[in-house]
Amino acid sequence: MIKTDVVIVGAGPVGLFTVHQLGIKGLKSEVIDNLDKAGGQCIELYPDKPIYDIPAIPECTGKELTENLLKQIKPFNTNFHFNERVQEVSEEKENWIVKTNKNKVFSAPNIIIAGGVGSFEPRRISLKEAEKYEGKNIFYSVRDKNKFKSKKVSIFGGGDSALDWALDLSKIAHVTLIHRREEFRGAPHTLNEIKKLEKAGKLQIKTKYQLSSIEGDKDIKSITIKNDDEKTIKIDTDYILSFFGLIMQLGPIAEWGLNMNKKTITVNTENFQTNKKGIFAIGDICTYPGKERLILSGFHEAALASVECFKRARPNEKYRFQFTTSSKEIQERLGCKPK
Amino acid sequence: MSKITYIDSTGSQKTIDVANGLSVMEGAVQNNISGIDADCGGGMACATCHVYVKEEWFNKLPKAEDAEQDMIDMAFEPKKNSRLSCQIIVTDELDGLVVTTPSKQV
Repeated sequence: MIKTDVVIVGAGPVGLFTVHQLGIKGLKSEVIDNLDKAGGQCIELYPDKPIYDIPAIPECTGKELTENLLKQIKPFNTNFHFNERVQEVSEEKENWIVKTNKNKVFSAPNIIIAGGVGSFEPRRISLKEAEKYEGKNIFYSVRDKNKFKSKKVSIFGGGDSALDWALDLSKIAHVTLIHRREEFRGAPHTLNEIKKLEKAGKLQIKTKYQLSSIEGDKDIKSITIKNDDEKTIKIDTDYILSFFGLIMQLGPIAEWGLNMNKKTITVNTENFQTNKKGIFAIGDICTYPGKERLILSGFHEAALASVECFKRARPNEKYRFQFTTSSKEIQERLGCKPK
Repeated sequence: MSKITYIDSTGSQKTIDVANGLSVMEGAVQNNISGIDADCGGGMACATCHVYVKEEWFNKLPKAEDAEQDMIDMAFEPKKNSRLSCQIIVTDELDGLVVTTPSKQV
């Protein structure tokens, strides 16, 4: 069991800044995120898109923002638990016990949920018959490409993942790339390579088609694709790779007994505590009158929530408001050299 | 104000007065229209406000930009008349617009 002052759920920009706000107050935190790296939506959805409304930063990309936040919290040496999703939360005396899907257990007086719109999961194929083949003949990511050697692989999608894997697997497998329109959004260079391979007969491309049905018994035998004019084509297929990006699922958070409003958690605006003492919700996942889903709002919420976390984690100490410009204590925590 | 009609996949429909300048997505979310999730809040980053626009209206809308098309690729059962409702901004010209929501968003 890992004991800490605060468990932070979510390593997006708001979760990262929370580490900072807790850290300068002398509180320790552990961060859990279902993705394999920090940054949340900034990294998954718009790493290269410019953001214009971070105070004092006229323009930066999601990736730059994430990198800067990581730099800002470096002095606190915080542990990140990536590829893990919080599964269960229970109460034990003054503490919350947090369990992840990898059976890691944390104990802390405070939980700050900075979970955005939930955890990211691959967008699954919606056909009913797809379910029984998932993990067997249908994959949303590639772990071991040798599995596809000399097999018939149908790849769906128009982005970089679909193009990259079509290109790569065409060397060892019979690949058909299927996309709903003529235009691909993946890198033009990769697309050129793929078009060359198509001309050389090393790979098939079917554009303006979408998956219509899957045929097979124990394993997939073929798939049928359909265009807007209802024209269908049957393609012999051993494996389907589907790359339709990630969706956000609220997941188990909905079952923790917190007051919810649709997919968001209701909080007060004094310290962003939920209906359960010691559980806070900040950033996109929280709601209150006038809430704006902006990164800067999340930063403010982090600052205020961290004060209440301090009071709960250090009941015998008095909370003192301090400026980073003048507090020796904070500067020491940040590892600043005396000036 | 323009009248926007939202029809869900079962055929049940609601007509709402939506203020000019709001998106068709915001009109739905503020009026508890089901079938539009809008997880990302209008950032063209999630495709969960996907709608089908009635054909007579589809061609009257400003064309979808590339980034919107890229997102529609990911939507649930996209069709020729698919749009992201967060990118359709209500104006007087859209008074009477009819959109249908898919049977689910993810």
